[in-house]
Amino acid sequence: MRNTPERPRRVVVERDGPVLVEGPVTVLGDDGVPVTSHRFVVAVCTCRRSRTYPWCDTSHRRKSKKPQSEGDGPADLCPGADEDGAARKGERS
Amino acid sequence: MTTTAPRQESRATTPPLPPARGPLSAAVIASLRDSTAPLPDAGAVTAADPYGDDAQLALYLLYELHYQGFAGVAEDREWDVELLRLRGRLEDRFLARLRAEAPSRPSAADAIDALLIEPVADEDAGVSHWLQSAGGLRELREYAALRSLYHLKEADPHAWVLPRLYGRAKAAMVAVEFDEFGAGHAEDVHARLFADLMADLGLDTAYGRWLDAAPAEALATVNVMSLFGLHRSLRGALVGHFAAVEITSSPGSRRLARAMRRTGAGPAAERFYDEHVEADAVHEQVVRHEVIAPLLAAEPRLEADVVFGVEATGLLEDRLGAVLLDAWRAGRSALRTPLPEGGGRAR
Repeated sequence: MRNTPERPRRVVVERDGPVLVEGPVTVLGDDGVPVTSHRFVVAVCTCRRSRTYPWCDTSHRRKSKKPQSEGDGPADLCPGADEDGAARKGERS
Repeated sequence: MTTTAPRQESRATTPPLPPARGPLSAAVIASLRDSTAPLPDAGAVTAADPYGDDAQLALYLLYELHYQGFAGVAEDREWDVELLRLRGRLEDRFLARLRAEAPSRPSAADAIDALLIEPVADEDAGVSHWLQSAGGLRELREYAALRSLYHLKEADPHAWVLPRLYGRAKAAMVAVEFDEFGAGHAEDVHARLFADLMADLGLDTAYGRWLDAAPAEALATVNVMSLFGLHRSLRGALVGHFAAVEITSSPGSRRLARAMRRTGAGPAAERFYDEHVEADAVHEQVVRHEVIAPLLAAEPRLEADVVFGVEATGLLEDRLGAVLLDAWRAGRSALRTPLPEGGGRAR
């Protein structure tokens, strides 16, 4: 995942998800404040629902009435719902 | 992150052997203390409930020889053929039960798509939902204590799969593991972040400290990782397991971070889950597109095991979740032995 002048930086565009960019990445927001992530790949939110914007927090996911699984796992294993996103960021897709 | 002097690493010490929970675990403990003590035969293993406390603890002890070991137990018992024979018998029973009970799915894509749909917020939807809305420090401390069995060796069971992968799948799996292991910074190793969380919650961070407190259902969620990780033949299941963890971690971690904030657990407690919200949103994408896809392109016959890994993980997490919520909703401890009094930040 190196970024060298000889090798163009790779960006993967997910149809219903974030844009994946090889890190480190600095995003300049509307407010002009730069935020940087040093992760090897950075998931940049495109749905604008993330509460950790500009980074993806999986808020783009579809919701269902019934849980697929009751599970909560290591660091937590649950196909999770969004608890306050609806109020703050509007309806999920 | 701690601002005080660096704490001792939780794995700087090797834990004592825990008390037995039945004849199988008693025999394993006796054998680890004295290699001439007899081990149970095949009949004794068959007679035990593969999900029960006794069989799960016996398996846990045998797997732990591959990680940190136990105080007073010779390190080369890891490759004792009699212990390995017993482990194999316990694994066969555990695996057979998981294969019988894990739901089947037509494809890995189906299994993963199901994980990508989130249930609407509801206390009935899972442990993290309940902790977010109703959990107090007591429950969060219990949750951290039993999750410490895994998180103090976070991502270690998945490292076993690395030599069994190659090409894109290997490169991507290593990249995710590198992130789990702090990307070159010891203070950012996820196991270390979890120890910091435990300190915020006033929990002893010594490795293995909470093994005896953890119910069989919690042991099973860790044993399944070791089972999949230690067998090359189960590499597909290990990758499926890892995908299930990474895909479901981000939203669950967000809820747990909120629970930590709401209860004033402390900054390190919040940080552990905040870090997993962002990290696992990335890891999910990398595991799906750069690990599973190339693995199945190279070895299509592993698809059923990738599905099995996803579904077995959900099955065992559901079992654990049911036990935790039953206890907590009734105002009881979910641990086998209640935690010492405490709560709030250790320091």
